[in-house]
Order: sequence, then C-alpha cells, then structure tokens
Amino acid sequence: MKPLLKVEDISSFIGPFHILQGVSLEVYPGEVVVILGRNGAGKTTTLRSIIGQVPPARGQITLDGVSLLNMPTHMAVRAGIGYVPEDYGVFDLLTVEENLKLAMRQSDKATLTRRDEVLDIFPDLGIAYKRLAMTLSGGQRQMLSISRALVNDNKIILIDEPSKGLAPIIVERIQNVLMTLKKKTTIVLVEQNFALACAVGDRYYIINEGRTVLSGTVDDLIDDTALQQTHLGLVLT
Amino acid sequence: MHIFVMLLVNGLAEGALIFLMAAGLSIILGLVGVVNFAHGTLFIWGGYMSIWVFRLTASFPLALLAALATGVIMGIVFERLFVKPVYGKVTSQILITLGLMIIFTDMVRLLWGPNPIPMVRPPWLDGTWVFGQVIIARYRVFLIAVGLFVAVGINYLINKTRIGMVMRAGIQSPEMVQALGINIKLYFAAVFAGGAGLAALGGALYAPLVGSVWSGMGIDNQILAFIVVILGGMGSFYGSAVGSILIGLTSAFTAWFFPPLTAYSTLLIMVVILSLKPEGLFGLAVRK
Ligand SMILES: Nc1ncnc2c1ncn2[C@@H]1O[C@H](COP(=O)(O)OP(=O)(O)O)[C@@H](O)[C@H]1O
Ligand SMILES: [Mg+2]
Repeated sequence: MKPLLKVEDISSFIGPFHILQGVSLEVYPGEVVVILGRNGAGKTTTLRSIIGQVPPARGQITLDGVSLLNMPTHMAVRAGIGYVPEDYGVFDLLTVEENLKLAMRQSDKATLTRRDEVLDIFPDLGIAYKRLAMTLSGGQRQMLSISRALVNDNKIILIDEPSKGLAPIIVERIQNVLMTLKKKTTIVLVEQNFALACAVGDRYYIINEGRTVLSGTVDDLIDDTALQQTHLGLVLT
Repeated sequence: MHIFVMLLVNGLAEGALIFLMAAGLSIILGLVGVVNFAHGTLFIWGGYMSIWVFRLTASFPLALLAALATGVIMGIVFERLFVKPVYGKVTSQILITLGLMIIFTDMVRLLWGPNPIPMVRPPWLDGTWVFGQVIIARYRVFLIAVGLFVAVGINYLINKTRIGMVMRAGIQSPEMVQALGINIKLYFAAVFAGGAGLAALGGALYAPLVGSVWSGMGIDNQILAFIVVILGGMGSFYGSAVGSILIGLTSAFTAWFFPPLTAYSTLLIMVVILSLKPEGLFGLAVRK
C-alpha cells in the first residue's frame, strides 16, 4: 500500500530560525498517526509545513502522490486536508453557521449531508447555530473547529492538541469523537495527552528538536516505559 | 433652533464625505493590515476624473461612475503592483503608499495643471430648500443620502455576503481563512479596490460641494479620515461610520460657534475619546 501522506526529510524556517531540521513521516489510508514530543519540539510547525503555512525549504511532501511543495496554503488544503489548529482557529465574529459555511468548499448535497451529520455528532453546535462563535466555550470551539474539517470530503485531517486546556470531561468527549472519526478517515494527531494519544493512535512518531527521532506502533510504545521517559519526559505515577 | 438644524445638515453632509474615505481606510487597515497613505490621491483622482467626464457628457451620474471606476482600477493596480509585495512589512508599506501618494498627486498637476479647476453642481442638485428660517442646500442632503446608501450597502456586504464573512474572519486571522482553502489575497485585492473606489467617489462628490478641485484637497481629507479611523477603532466599519458623523458634526458646530478652534476641534475629539477608550469607539477586542 502507498502512503496517503508522505513527508520526506523536510527543513523549515520561521524567519531566521531553523525550526525543522529533518522531519519525515508516512501516513497510510485509514490510520491514525500520532505525533509526540516535548513542548517546542516542532510538532505544530510540522503540521503548518504540510499545509504550506511554513513552506519547507528542503524536502518533499506528497498527498496521494501529488506534491504539496510550493503550493499556497489554500491550494494545499483544497487537495484534501482538514486542519484543526492548536488554538481552534474559530472566527469569533462569525456565527457557528457562518464558521461552517466558510469552511464548506462546496455546497452540493454531499457537503450539506456531512454538515448535518456533524451537527448530529455535536448537538451543542446546533443549539448555538445562530450565535457568534465568541460566545462558545473552549470545548464548543474545539468541536466547531473539528466540524469545519469534517464538512468537506477530506482525505486526511490534521489535528493539533485537541485536548489542550480543556476539562477532563470534555477531553473524554473529544476522545470519543476521535474514536468515531477513526473509522471513517485518516488522521494525523498531535497530542501531549499520552492516554488520549494511545487510545486513538495506531502508530506514532516522536519529534525532538525539529527531527523525527523514533517511530513505531502505539502498542509497542505503551509497553516501553523507558522510551516514554527519555523522549516524552513522562513520569509514571 | 434653525441654526442648529442647518449645522446638523452641514455636519452630516461633511460626515458622509469623510465616511467615504474612512470606511475604506479602516476596512483595509483591519483586514489587509495596510495603512494606505495613497488613499488621498484616489480622492483627488476621483475629483479630477469626474470633472473631466462631466464636461464631456454633462452627466453628473456618469461623472460619479467614472470616478468610482477610476478609483477601483487604480486600487487594483496599486494593490497588485505595489502593495501586494510588501504585505506584512509595515515600514515598506508606509514608504510605498506615501510614494504613490506623492507621484500620483504630482501626476494630477502634470495632467491638469497646478491651478484649481472649478466644478459646478448639476442643476437638479443645486439650490436650496427653505423651511421658514431654515435654509438647506439640496446638494448637502444629496451627500447625506449617498453616505447613507453606501453605509447600508457596506453593512449588507459585511453581514450578509460571503465577502463579508471572509472580511470578518480575516480581521481576526487571515492565515486561518487560508487554511480553510480560501484564497484570501483575492479578497484583499477586492477590498483594496472597493475602498479605493469609495475614496474616488468621495473626491467626485466633494468637488461640487466646495466648487473646485485642486491637487492639495486629498491630504486634508485624508488626515480627517485617519482621525476617524483611529477614534472609531481601527478595522471597524461601524466605528468609521459613527466617527465620521462625529467629526463632521464637530467641525460644523465649532466652525459656527467657535471658528478659531475649527482646525483643532477634530483632534481634540480624538484625544478625548482615545483617553477614555484607547482602542477607539468600536475597537475590536480580537487582535491578530
Ligand atoms: N513564529 C515563531 N517565531 C519564532 N519561533 C517560533 C515561532 N513559532 C514556533 N517557533 C519555535 O519553533 C519551535 C517549535 O515550535 P512548535 O512547532 O510550535 O512546537 P510544538 O508544537 O512541538 O510545541 C519552538 O522552539 C518555537 O519556539
Ligand atoms: Mg504545538
């Protein structure tokens, strides 16, 4: 099987700073790949490089065989990527409805059906449909942000730390949603919440100081406490 | 009492003119992040082009349309050739737009000469209405109507259309708009061109009010428009509308009751408002 998303040894700069110095990963259709690593390791920058927000200076990125390199962000995304950023990226001055509408790349029947499905998954959003997004709670923003990625017929969804800053009960809901999504789509998940990452992920990559240093199956990682401690700074409680 | 009504009309008419400049300036600043110092030159070009077309066709609506079109075309050219390469670089933007202001203002002198060119009001807008002691110039009422029409139009655009959604979203985060698959640069260009068109329309409407056009008329009005943008809250369309009315009324009333203060009254208002509300009247809480 060919990888759906292939990132080959990319180097990315932010201003003068050489942030990514060799990140590689492969994501196969239908799997959930988790990206792990300490704060500041380069996980967010990796996702931003994939969609061209931080265009890589070297390396190669392909989605379904098509190179995303040198594509402006809006084109890269239209190739079939849903992006759920770290801080939700929800538009405060737009209603929930408008946030979804803006995200919809088409207004055909299939898209409208997907939107209705999303509202079934997140009834909160239906209730707040006509309200400005600035009135939403953190958890609801996260749901709206994920919903925006789901209304399109995306090949892959990139999600950056969906549990960050949210109450445990909300994190649990997000985890359930991710488990459901897992059955339908391919996901790249950046996550610091180890339990969530392990519950949802199939394979993992660890990024350290801008480089992918390790990869493997999540099952192996769960058993390898030594590795968890050295690379993730996890202390077992 | 009659003085009050006449000053009200004068102030609102002046506010409407300032609004045509300020609305574009503010939206361009808020969405595109560009302080457009070339806005005043579009005002001048609008004035000159309208006179040129008015003399050719004797039609005031055509003259206004020509001004609007001139502004839009110049806006597109400015944006594509000069402003687009310096998005995100504030110093370069200031230098480039100031440069455009100087060059295109000089070009007006080159084409039409250094002396003011007279402009008359079209007959159907000339004259006054007299209600007892209250005398109201028709042209000023026309200006208020145009300002209102444009304000309602922009309000509709912002709240009911896709361009409006992109504008409201882009003010918060252009990057995220792009990450949804939208080519926000196209919207930047459209907004820039629209704002330029309104500024040129403002110039065309200004000429018959004061009776002439001259190459210096851009800078005075640009300064007023900047004051409106700052006191209304950068990027806020409502702020630019309310701010324009406020500035228009302030100048009209001080010019009547306390002429020596006229030149400073608008600055004074700005200082007072900013000291009470540093982000301006409708300053947005969200920032990039
Ligand atoms: N806009 C920026 N300017 C300068 N440095 C940045 C910027 N964004 C991120 N960085 C740096 O890049 C590194 C990786 O950041 P990031 O990808 O956000 O890490 P992670 O998501 O793994 O926590 C960090 O050292 C961070 O300080
Ligand atoms: Mg991050």
